[in-house]
Amino acid sequence: MAESRIKSMKFGLISPDQIKDMGKVRIVTSELYDADGYPVEGGVMDPRLGVIDPGLKCRTCNGGIDECPGHFGYLELAKPILNVLYIKSTFELLKVTCRKCNKIMIEAVKNSKSFEQPNKCPHCKALQKKIKFSKPYTFYEDKEEITSVDIRERFENIPNVDLKKIGFGGGRPEWMILTLFPIPPVTTRPSITLEGGERSEDDLTHKLVDIVRINQSLKENMEIGAPEFIISDLCELVQYHTSTYFDNELSGTPLARHRSGRPLKGLVQRLKGKEGRIRGNLLGKRVNFCARTVISPDAKISINEVGIPKIVAKELTIPEYVTKTNMLYIKNLFKNNLVNYVVRPDGRRIKITKTNKKEILETIALDWVIERQLKDNDIILFNRQPSLHKASIMAHRVKIMPYKTFRLTMQVCPPYNADFDGDEMNIHVLQTDEARTEATMLMEVKNNIMSPKFGGPAIGLDMDQISGIYLLTKEDVVLSKEAAAQLLADADIDVELPEKDTFTGKEIFSLLLPEGFSMPGFKAKRCKNCITCTEEECEYDSWVRIKDGKIKTGTIDAASVGAMKGKILKAFQTYTDSDTLKDFIDQTGKLAVSYLTKRGMSIGISDLDLPTKAENGITNEIDLAIQESNNLIKKFNNKQIKILPGMTPKESLEAQIMNALANGVSRASDIVSDNIIENDLIHMAISGAKGSIINSTQMTAVVGQETILGKRISRGYHRRTLPHIMAGDLSPISHGFVSSSFKKGLTPFELFWNIMNGREGLMDKSLRTRKSGYMQRRLVNALQDLKVKDDGTIKNSYGEIIQFKAGEDGIDPSKSDWGVFDWKNKLEIR
Amino acid sequence: MTIKLPEKIEKEVKKYFEDEKIPEKERKQIEEKVIKLYKEYKYSPEEPVGVITAQSLSEPATQLTMRTYHFAGTAGIQVTLGLPRMIEIFDARKSPTTPSMMIYILQEFQDIEKVKKIAEQIKEVKVKDVVKTTTVDMTDLWVKCKPDMSKLKRYGIEMKTLKKKLKVRDGLVDVDEEENVIIVKLKKKDIAGLYKLKYNFLETHIAGIKGITQVIVLKEGDEWVINTLGSNLKKVFNVEGVDTTKTFSNDIFEIYSVLGIEAARNSIINEARYTMEEQGLGVDVRYVMILADLMTFEGDIRAIGRYGISGQKSSILVRASFEETKKHFIAASISGESDGLRGTVENIMMNQVAPIGTGSFELIGRIPEKKKK
Repeated sequence: MAESRIKSMKFGLISPDQIKDMGKVRIVTSELYDADGYPVEGGVMDPRLGVIDPGLKCRTCNGGIDECPGHFGYLELAKPILNVLYIKSTFELLKVTCRKCNKIMIEAVKNSKSFEQPNKCPHCKALQKKIKFSKPYTFYEDKEEITSVDIRERFENIPNVDLKKIGFGGGRPEWMILTLFPIPPVTTRPSITLEGGERSEDDLTHKLVDIVRINQSLKENMEIGAPEFIISDLCELVQYHTSTYFDNELSGTPLARHRSGRPLKGLVQRLKGKEGRIRGNLLGKRVNFCARTVISPDAKISINEVGIPKIVAKELTIPEYVTKTNMLYIKNLFKNNLVNYVVRPDGRRIKITKTNKKEILETIALDWVIERQLKDNDIILFNRQPSLHKASIMAHRVKIMPYKTFRLTMQVCPPYNADFDGDEMNIHVLQTDEARTEATMLMEVKNNIMSPKFGGPAIGLDMDQISGIYLLTKEDVVLSKEAAAQLLADADIDVELPEKDTFTGKEIFSLLLPEGFSMPGFKAKRCKNCITCTEEECEYDSWVRIKDGKIKTGTIDAASVGAMKGKILKAFQTYTDSDTLKDFIDQTGKLAVSYLTKRGMSIGISDLDLPTKAENGITNEIDLAIQESNNLIKKFNNKQIKILPGMTPKESLEAQIMNALANGVSRASDIVSDNIIENDLIHMAISGAKGSIINSTQMTAVVGQETILGKRISRGYHRRTLPHIMAGDLSPISHGFVSSSFKKGLTPFELFWNIMNGREGLMDKSLRTRKSGYMQRRLVNALQDLKVKDDGTIKNSYGEIIQFKAGEDGIDPSKSDWGVFDWKNKLEIR
Repeated sequence: MTIKLPEKIEKEVKKYFEDEKIPEKERKQIEEKVIKLYKEYKYSPEEPVGVITAQSLSEPATQLTMRTYHFAGTAGIQVTLGLPRMIEIFDARKSPTTPSMMIYILQEFQDIEKVKKIAEQIKEVKVKDVVKTTTVDMTDLWVKCKPDMSKLKRYGIEMKTLKKKLKVRDGLVDVDEEENVIIVKLKKKDIAGLYKLKYNFLETHIAGIKGITQVIVLKEGDEWVINTLGSNLKKVFNVEGVDTTKTFSNDIFEIYSVLGIEAARNSIINEARYTMEEQGLGVDVRYVMILADLMTFEGDIRAIGRYGISGQKSSILVRASFEETKKHFIAASISGESDGLRGTVENIMMNQVAPIGTGSFELIGRIPEKKKK
């Protein structure tokens, strides 16, 4: 089937002839409906302008509501009217044309950028008068108003050759002044019937009524030869109404308002902005075959799957052709009540009900299309807003499940940036084979594990899964054969256990790795960054080395299998195909969760306990830091402070105090990490599951300095932060230093500092999302048409070359190894 | 089409051959293998890199902090960073909110004293920086100031030259060399202008390089460098001892005017990368390069946005869909432009398959014709 395609779109001015040509109706009255409620002929709701009521036929084309596109009408204006949209061009054109010979005077001022009206016409030597424009639509020539009739006359005489020279190619300039006014079809301004039979008209209709009415009365007044001032007043009024009809946001004009006081929507307002026709309807459309509900986690489904509630699956359908070969399959669908609609070759859609099921099953034949419900393994698109990058919409396989939420596994949360605190997500059901094929090949989760952003995995274990895999693969974890088998069974992992009595956690994890898989060693997240790395002899078990499908040394944590960081995931991708990688991520996740469930993981207040000695040490360090700051303040008051380069004494003091306090806190932090007993809280921080040692320091030892705009808190009253503080006090305690820990509890004032900091964070976040959202829109708009051509260059849609070799080496970052073409490594592995 | 390895990879392969002493016979085989691998790593044709670039750069930008200022170490210049800086780079602002320079010093001058001297030479000195006392005479309408002679000496300013050098608006400068005072008389006899005169006089630049308000000498690796607040590449390049090959500014437009468009392109890349990396966000360089190339390929720096790239697009519909819908449609209708509908957005508007990615290709089925009976 040959597809017709719009190849180009031309913009231009519309001529009066065209308006008359396409206008089916001459509008003569401002009345809309007669006493019986029928539209008046010759009014702006004339039935020949199209149909908006279902069941009626168009009086022009005899089409129904779905066929008739609507038809234009026209209004003969009593006097020419300036089109405000072109008011600037009208002004410029008036300035460049001679008032006498109407030729363009551009030759006189060839080399200047901005045009200034010459005094004398270079062609006919006629003296020119200064033309002035007064907003919104009046022109003066030496203080005398130029009427629209005069302007039109002048424009009519401009030779075509001259127009070409100044790039006026959209039509004749006199067309910028309207003599015939096009009345748009009623389909573009449908009226709505309210309850009680009252009609509510569209904004445009209201405006058109005004235009027609005033025009009519202007005409009558002109015919009876009314005094000049009445005519010019009416003329001005028609001009006002047409202007606000086109654009109701003109500067210098009062807004045209609805009776209720709401500003009316002009034509420009219909197109403009986010909810306008272009961005709101043409570039973003509402769709059918979609569903939205809350998401919740399911640790046991694959990253490639999504759990769809039964209710949703029953409602959404996929069309399927009835062919010779699938008759049996189709009939089976009917038997299981999985068909919602059938579409006959003539295009009729029939809903399947209990009563007509049998009948339809008998009549169904080739070329019919049935619309069947979703079933397992169908491909659908899954999306979470804001859709910031391409991984925000990915294709998943359907898995029908009970209850009412979409289920997804935790490994796919990072690319969607989803969590389960009430987030909602959307699914879209693809309707054509073409779309489904593309989704499978390009959008499926397993094909999007590697992020194009940095060439590493965007999907991987997260949070508790990291804790689980860390605790499992930590040194000294030994499981009996029974326990190991049970663990693997819990995780639905089907592997053969070697003949052995006990298994270490590392050995169990190694079962998931394919035989022969090796990769260079790397540092785990728990690495303490010793000065000299002993690699495989690491005493903290932090050097991960995998050889022949076995973990030799090292603990598996965020650096190995975590989302965004996982080195093993990347190496795995290089080693095998996407399906195996997908299975590996699934299995690791399940294993981690199963082990964590079995082992248990909890934190409590006693996890924050420190030995008395350590507690004293922390208090000492904090006191010392405060003491140090006080000394600095003393020095400052005595003008002995060490001035840092490029700073005022006050700034130097602030910097030094901040520094002293930060050092104190970090010393306290060291004491914490040296003395705290390794518990689940610490495990989370070390493995990279969640939190860091800073969080535990804040809980156990000291919260530290609260800041506003990166400085100590220094707002509130004159020279002090809170009423109970002495004016001019610079001490840490009075400027937002919190020396208590969360466990100990904050004093009221400390809590106040803490909340101030928290509020700043909230503000920052909301401000940031807005700013970066707009930045993204700008970036996308600027870059949207760049693509790599088959010769390896980057060109835009008009063929301009941006880069001769994409990314300077032609390598796709999403296929690269953290941005590098690591051929050596890859050749060796293979 | 034969595929050639990128230069960098080719060098790597050659180096590998040399280092590992691979026999000639095997070399060809290995090279072929690398080329085969390279093919897998290449971009697929019609890949919409533009959108991926935009997304890759702006998705992490949501995580950038808004906090404008940042301490670059305890001693260092405070420069705008984070999201505001990123927006500044993409907007191609004529001057950054905090212009700053990193001045590298030639090997011969790598000595703390010498570097400090260069720093002092570079720093802008205003009258107020050297003044000890100022007196304002209301009756005779003049401002008198006593400079700190030690400071003058330090900056290498001589009283003799001052009279010629100093030019104050609405004022006449007179230098009394014996008493070491500078007197500025008001030109117009208007008392209201006197304080303005004093202000203007104190703000007058007498030594150093204009615009450079702060200098800090830092040790970078084992090299002494000067970090400045304020930027003036052209003048700094003329200072003796400055390594003109390494010194740079964060003012992209200044780099463009002094060193040219290629340098400006690199500067965009460096600044954008630095801003991202400083906050621990890693984005592939290639994306930053694509963006920088798009901003500069026309020969001057174009901003991302209404007044730059987006406002200069060929397609009317693309421009209208971004911002200023009315303006673009009206301009198009007057000049009688037509839109070729060659891009993605235009075709989405027309409800047609867009020529990008898989939409650029069509399948032609070669179905064997049925034999006529």
